[in-house]
Amino acid sequence: MTDRALSAPQPGDWRYWFGEQRGALLALAVFIVMFAIYTANHPAGFSADVVTTAASKGVLLALVAIAQTFVVLTAGIDLSVGMIFVLCNCVASYIVIGSPLETALGVAGVLATGLACGALNGLIVIYGRLQPIVTTIATGAAFFGLALLLRPQPGGDVNEDLADFLTGQFPGGIPASAVALLVVVLVIWIPFRRSMLGRVVYAVGSSEPAAYMSGLHIRRAKFAAYALAGLLAAIGGLFLTFVTYTGEASSANANTYTLNSIAAVVLGGVSLFGGRGSAVGAIFGALIFRTIGDLLFVFDLDPLWQPLFLGIVLLVSVCLGSFRLIRIRNRLDLFG
Amino acid sequence: MTNLLANNPVLRRFDPAVLTAFGCIFVLLLIGSIINRNFLSPEYLLQQLQVGSFLALISTGMMIVILLGQIDLSVPWIITVGGMMSTAAAGWGGLGATFAIPIGILCGLVFGLINGIGVAYLRVPSMIFTLGINAVAQGFMIVRTGGAAPLDMATDSMHELATGRLILGIPNPVWVWIAVGAATVFLLRRTVFGRAVYAIGNREVAAYLSGIRTQRVVLAAFAISGSLAAFAGALLAGYSTKAYQGMGDPYLLPSIAAVVLGGTSILGGRGTYLGTVAGIILITLLQSILSVVQIEEAFRQLIYGTVIIAMLLVYGRQRAQT
Repeated sequence: MTDRALSAPQPGDWRYWFGEQRGALLALAVFIVMFAIYTANHPAGFSADVVTTAASKGVLLALVAIAQTFVVLTAGIDLSVGMIFVLCNCVASYIVIGSPLETALGVAGVLATGLACGALNGLIVIYGRLQPIVTTIATGAAFFGLALLLRPQPGGDVNEDLADFLTGQFPGGIPASAVALLVVVLVIWIPFRRSMLGRVVYAVGSSEPAAYMSGLHIRRAKFAAYALAGLLAAIGGLFLTFVTYTGEASSANANTYTLNSIAAVVLGGVSLFGGRGSAVGAIFGALIFRTIGDLLFVFDLDPLWQPLFLGIVLLVSVCLGSFRLIRIRNRLDLFG
Repeated sequence: MTNLLANNPVLRRFDPAVLTAFGCIFVLLLIGSIINRNFLSPEYLLQQLQVGSFLALISTGMMIVILLGQIDLSVPWIITVGGMMSTAAAGWGGLGATFAIPIGILCGLVFGLINGIGVAYLRVPSMIFTLGINAVAQGFMIVRTGGAAPLDMATDSMHELATGRLILGIPNPVWVWIAVGAATVFLLRRTVFGRAVYAIGNREVAAYLSGIRTQRVVLAAFAISGSLAAFAGALLAGYSTKAYQGMGDPYLLPSIAAVVLGGTSILGGRGTYLGTVAGIILITLLQSILSVVQIEEAFRQLIYGTVIIAMLLVYGRQRAQT
């Protein structure tokens, strides 16, 4: 057998592909159905404006969910993504303004802030050998302190041309935010997934000892995952600034986005045990989660009931994985 | 240092992490006394213990859950449920007012049981399931209060239990802490349940194969955690004379930090209640020093997060992998 024969697609390969993408595809299907119900019942129907508004809201959570995906793939968890998101929102409300050059530098500054926060998490988890959950709860408190320092009161400003461009519509009614999200996926996620680094991240998540025994650079991969999570949270924070035009150190926002990012990741078929799932799935998980809120709005549910309903949806969706328990023959597999 | 500990028969009985935690307490007391002369007065220290006892109740439940290798992130809103439901019960008058605190605890117990069912029987990772329960509890409280924050007044007996000094001039919550702490030590060291908790924390399959009904133990642990969090909520409501939304939010990080700083492994299976007591005192003193030096809330959060990370880096690290 030649090398070429090995690398050529084999008949039946699609089954592996399908197996790997099942979670993402399921999330996509659920999202399409829900969004169809939503637009069908919306007074304005399936119009460009409705889609654009929905996209702007969905993209925020989708970006934070991608951030969470990177860390969850390594079998870790980042409970500080929401705080990095809010911190970057506050930073952006200071520096993303002025001439195009200044704005560009400002954007770079915001991204660097997020990257630095993520890198710090990574360093503490890897070299400090602390558990991700404890580390990120504590660093999250520190990041939120920084945000509060920057913006004791909501305020600030942002380059409105850029903001309107990125939250508006392209010709043909295509929402710009969705295009921006696509660009993020194409520029960051796809190269990451296809690189050696990405494979190592999946390997570490599947089995760290096995990855170590195979001579992979575990530390490098973990560090990259945490740093990229910070970067994606920063892009999210930047986008939040474009949507709201202000910076606000809101602890409610920080906590909600952290929680919802985990929910989105789970809905999108990413395994919390690591090594399974993709950012694409997480994006649709995030969009599903947002659409649930929109559906409640369309069907005139009392806003007071919304948090409870979302909580129950979250709880039920994380329990869906329990169906595997029915198939278990040997009780010992319960503890696997 | 390690040799010294290993060779000295008295010191060997103590976990190095617990000793370090007590060392840190000493340092914090020293710093506090430099900043403020009244810091070391018995009155001030008793006050700190009183404030710390609310955290202590929460951390006690958290510790049992962490010993299992799980975590309970639903604590913030279960505290709020405890506070709000007990004040609500007080509002019903008659029997409700008499049993205000038990009713609050009962509500926490229900949420704790659901946590336990999700984690033990549905096998959902505790991190995500308890976060979900946190969201559901928040949803219930928002529906109940109509979005606003009505002034839910605590009963006199709740206020008395949280602020009074019935015996020996020691604040009542401290007595509650001592009672709960003694019960926990008994539970962990002298009962089958306690043995089972440590066994499950080390390896659940092994515990199951040794004949422990592991799922029931996990269920019970989450039920304890939920009840204690709600109890703390009811006491907090008594302390500040009212219950309000978000009253539990500042307690999640400290409760986990106290347990971990006290030398309990976050992966489960190892840890002593003495260590948790040290962790609770440590966190309480740190918070009180930060409030004595009058700085902005922002700096306080920043220093708080940094100090906890720093202390964990000093001695909370896992063993290096080979």
